[in-house]
Formats: sequence, C-alpha cells, structure tokens
Amino acid sequence: MRRSAPGERPPVTAYLSKRLGLALVSLLLLSMVVFFAGQVLPGDAGRAILGPLAAESAVRHLDRQLGVDRPLVVQYARWVSGAIHGDFGRSYQYRSAVAPFIWSAALNSLKLAALAFVIVVPLGILGGVVAALHVGRPLDRAISVLGLSGSTVPEFVSGIVVIEVFGLWLKVLPVTAATPPGASLPTQLDHLVLPAIPLVLVLFGYIARMARAGTVEALDSDYARTAVLKGLTRRVVIRRHVLRNSLIPTIAVIATQTGYLIGGLVVVETLFDYQGIGLLTVRAATARDFPMLEAGVLTIGVVYMAATLAADALTSVLNPRIRLAGEP
Amino acid sequence: MSAGAVAALLGRSRRPSQARARRDLAHRLLRSAGFDAGAAILAFWVVCALFGPAFAPRGALAPSLLATNLPPSAAHMFGTDQLGRDVLSRVIVGARSILEIAPLATLLGTVAGTALGLVMGYVGGLLDVLVSRLVEAVLALPVVIVALVFIVAIGPSGATLVVVIGFVFAPLVARTVRAAVVAERELDYVASARLRGESAPRVMFAEILPNVLAPVLVEFTVRLGYAIFAVATLSFLGFGVQPPTPDWGSDIAANYGVIPAGYWWETLFPALAIASLVVGVNLVADAVEAVTSS
Repeated sequence: MRRSAPGERPPVTAYLSKRLGLALVSLLLLSMVVFFAGQVLPGDAGRAILGPLAAESAVRHLDRQLGVDRPLVVQYARWVSGAIHGDFGRSYQYRSAVAPFIWSAALNSLKLAALAFVIVVPLGILGGVVAALHVGRPLDRAISVLGLSGSTVPEFVSGIVVIEVFGLWLKVLPVTAATPPGASLPTQLDHLVLPAIPLVLVLFGYIARMARAGTVEALDSDYARTAVLKGLTRRVVIRRHVLRNSLIPTIAVIATQTGYLIGGLVVVETLFDYQGIGLLTVRAATARDFPMLEAGVLTIGVVYMAATLAADALTSVLNPRIRLAGEP
Repeated sequence: MSAGAVAALLGRSRRPSQARARRDLAHRLLRSAGFDAGAAILAFWVVCALFGPAFAPRGALAPSLLATNLPPSAAHMFGTDQLGRDVLSRVIVGARSILEIAPLATLLGTVAGTALGLVMGYVGGLLDVLVSRLVEAVLALPVVIVALVFIVAIGPSGATLVVVIGFVFAPLVARTVRAAVVAERELDYVASARLRGESAPRVMFAEILPNVLAPVLVEFTVRLGYAIFAVATLSFLGFGVQPPTPDWGSDIAANYGVIPAGYWWETLFPALAIASLVVGVNLVADAVEAVTSS
C-alpha cells in the first residue's frame, strides 16, 4: 500500500502552489526556448517578407517597424510583456494582429478536442473496467491489443484509413472538417466526427490501461474483499467500492493526455483541413511566420500546463491519501 | 589479502552473474510471442530498407505521365500515384528513410541522455536541478511541436530530424537513467570503487553504467517507437524527408488530396506500412520491458 507517514507530504494548498510555481518556471523556460529558436532564422525578417529583390532601405525600414533591429533581450522582454496582455504582435503572413487568429483557432480546436474527449473518456473507462473484470481472458487481450495499436499508430495514418472506410467506401460521413460559414451545430458535429476518431484511437489505449490497472488493484484490495465477505453482491461491490477507487488514477491520466491530444490535433487538423490551433501553427511554421508560430506554440504550452495542474488539483481533492497526508 | 583486493573482488563480483542474466534475458525474449511477431515485422522492413531497390518491381522514382492514378492491377499491384509512379515500389523503397532516421535519432538521444543521466544522478547539485527543470519545459509540449520549432529554425532534412528528435529525447532518457543511478549510488560496490580511488568518470561509466543497462535498453526500444511515430508525422507535415525521395509520410502528404476523387490506394498502402512498423516496434518494446522488469 502507498500509505504515507503523517507530515511526509505538504497539505493540498501548499502542494498545489508548489506545482503552480514549477509550472510558471517551466513556462518561462519554454517561452525563452521558443523565442530564441525563432531568432536562429537565417537572414532577417524584413528580407524574408519583402524578398531578395527589395531595396535595402525598404528592408531596414520594415525591420525597424517590426522591432527586429533591437537587441534580442529587449525584443524578448517586449514580446513577453505583450504576450501577458494577450498581444502576440503582428503576423508576417497576414500583416495583421496575431491574437484574433489564435483565439478563433483555439476555439475551433477546443470543439474538436471536446468531442474527442466526450467520446473517448466513457469508452476508455468502460474498456478498462471490462478488461479488468476479464483479466487474462481473450476479451482482456483483445482490448489491450486494440489499445496498444491505437496509441502507437500516428494519427494521420489512422486518419487516412477512417477517411477511406467511412468517407469514401461507406459514404456515411463527410471527408473534410471544414463547414460552410454559419453552419448549424449538428452539421458542424457531423463534420467533426471523422477527425475525432484518430484522436479517440490514440487516447483510448492509455485511458483503458489506467482504468484496467486501477480496477484490478481495487478488486484485489482488502476493502473489496471485506465488502464481498460482508455479503454484498458483486455488482454492488464493483459499483460502490471498486469503481470509486479505480477512477482516481484514470482521471489523472486523462488530463496528462492533453499533450498527446494537442500533438494529435496538429496532424488531424492538417489532414482534415480544419482551422484550429494546430493547423495555424503548422501553416505559420511553413510560412516562417515567427510571431504566429511563437504565439501558437506558447498557447499550446499554456493549455497543456493548465490541464496538468487541473489534473493534479482534481487528483489531490479526490484522493484522501494526498489530501489528508499533511494533517496531524 | 589487502583491503584494496577485497574491495576489487567486491566490485567485480557482479560481472559473471550479469553475463548469465543477459543470456537468460535473450532466452525469455525469444519465448515471448509478442517479441517474435514484432521482430518478424521489423526484420521484413529492414530487408526492404537494405535491399529494396534491388527487388522493387519498378523504379520508385520513374514517373510515367501515361500511367497516372491507375488502380491496383496485375502490372501495378498497389496502383500508381499522381505522377504515375509505382506505389508498391515506393512503399518497399520508402522503408529506407524512416529506418535510417528513427534509429539514429533514438541512438543519439539514448547515448546523450544516458551520459547526462549518469552525471545528474551521480554528481547531483545545481546541474541536476537545472536539467530537471529543462526536462519539465521540454515535457510541457508535445514532441511534435518542439521538433517543429527547431526544424523551422534549422531547415527541414533527414539530418535535422535526427538531431532534433535526439535532442528532444535526451532529457527524457536522462530522467529515467538518473532515477536508476540514484538508486545504485548508495550500494556497496560504488563505495568500494570510490575507496579504491577510482575517478568519478570511471565510477560512473565503468562501475554504474553496466548495472543500469536494463533501463537504458528499455528506454531505447520504447523511444524507437516514439521516434518512428515522430519521423512519420513530421514527414507528413512537410518538415522531414523532402520529395521526390520515397518516404511513407511525405508520400501520404503528397497524395491525400486526391482521396475524395477515389484514388485511395496512393495513401492506404504507405499508411498500412507505417502502421505495421510502429506496431512491430512496440511489440518488441513491450516484450523487452516485460522481460527486464520481471
């Protein structure tokens, strides 16, 4: 048992504020890496935008407008203070402010990610619990093989297969995620189901594996045995004692999977031509639009860290072993 | 017998049992069905990568404007792509680029990460703290995103992929190795080596390293699966192997636009090739992990 001695861990608020501090340090490091990686760009930004034939004076003028002729540290400080206020500078490709692109793309990605989560969370937990109740039998093996294959195959590969099976051969779902402007919610959803499937496949294995491990551990525990000896039916033991304990690690793992989900979004949005934060970041990278790229990457980093922190908070609230460990 | 000789005996006494343990490990691996299946798939693609150009039915690069977008037939078993190139030949020859880049990147990341982890775990101190923070910063983003930033800064190519993926993997490997080293550091054989007057690098690389090879091996096989995932994905996004070099990821990127027109074979076969390779590597990695941890 992982029972910890009193005083070994700090109380939940201290624990969480420490985690928050660490996350902020990581975020600062990340912003430096992203910013300075962008500065390795050979040649200067003004030349990259105006092309090789532009006059030297015009290039210098644009450089001054963009602020890229200042010392790097000054540029970094300006960029960070802007980013904190929601101002990510101006896009090189679109010649307008980056922020509005980021917000609308992030909203689109959120829709797709939410749909994937709504499908995969119940499905993964169900798969894991069913596997745990059939440990070692064919159904358990089948679920684990399905999970392993799903989580290791890149999203664009499974994406290609589902497009061809459901979009081309069965013709049950639209092939692209892009909908006409002002489309109704059901139409939007219809277009999002196909892109959500590769994300579901990638996440299913992890969630099912965690739910299975938690359930197996709980089934094997003293309190489950006591409940059985007390004369409770198997169904009641599973619902009241086993599931309640096995879902805690599952909830934690679901939030840590946000990173994989976002990595997957980049690919799935490209494959389905869906205007989310992933496609925006890839397009910015292709066009060497550094303000847009930096904003996209930083937004993804912030979302990921927020999700991880939320997972920590949720786990420590739900898990008395962490919550009560610091109290005398 | 001098104290030094006793200490030397203590320090060396693990070696024979290690050799036996390694033989035993190989036996148990070969008995695992998952390992055999995964190794067979991997061997098939390695043969394609090494000798593909010799037995591919047609030139993988030769376009034919009279034979574009042909469905699978006896002449072209996997059909032809938009430029009239034989898809079967490109799938066979395309094994080469991913099987060059992914293992090299994994090797680079594992070697650098192991060295870093040994120093972090054995020396500790400020370096340990700094690198641990750096690991968290790297972990704060999906690997694909971190790689994308660096590739854009350096410029896309196969060599860039090796360096960038190796760079991203190194701190992740270092974290695992560090944990193993911290557990070993307090054992008697390390103390006796230090008492013998061995230098810190010698203690790290000659004494501790052989005893943490099991987690290093597990890291390598697991990371290889991630590396193949990352290489394929970055090639698909256009940041990896550049056309016209045959590559599964970039071939899918070049041809997925014509799926709605019904030309499914141009993307399905490279996709199945990637899927089989990653599943094969992960079957091997799972078996290695199960055998070394039991």
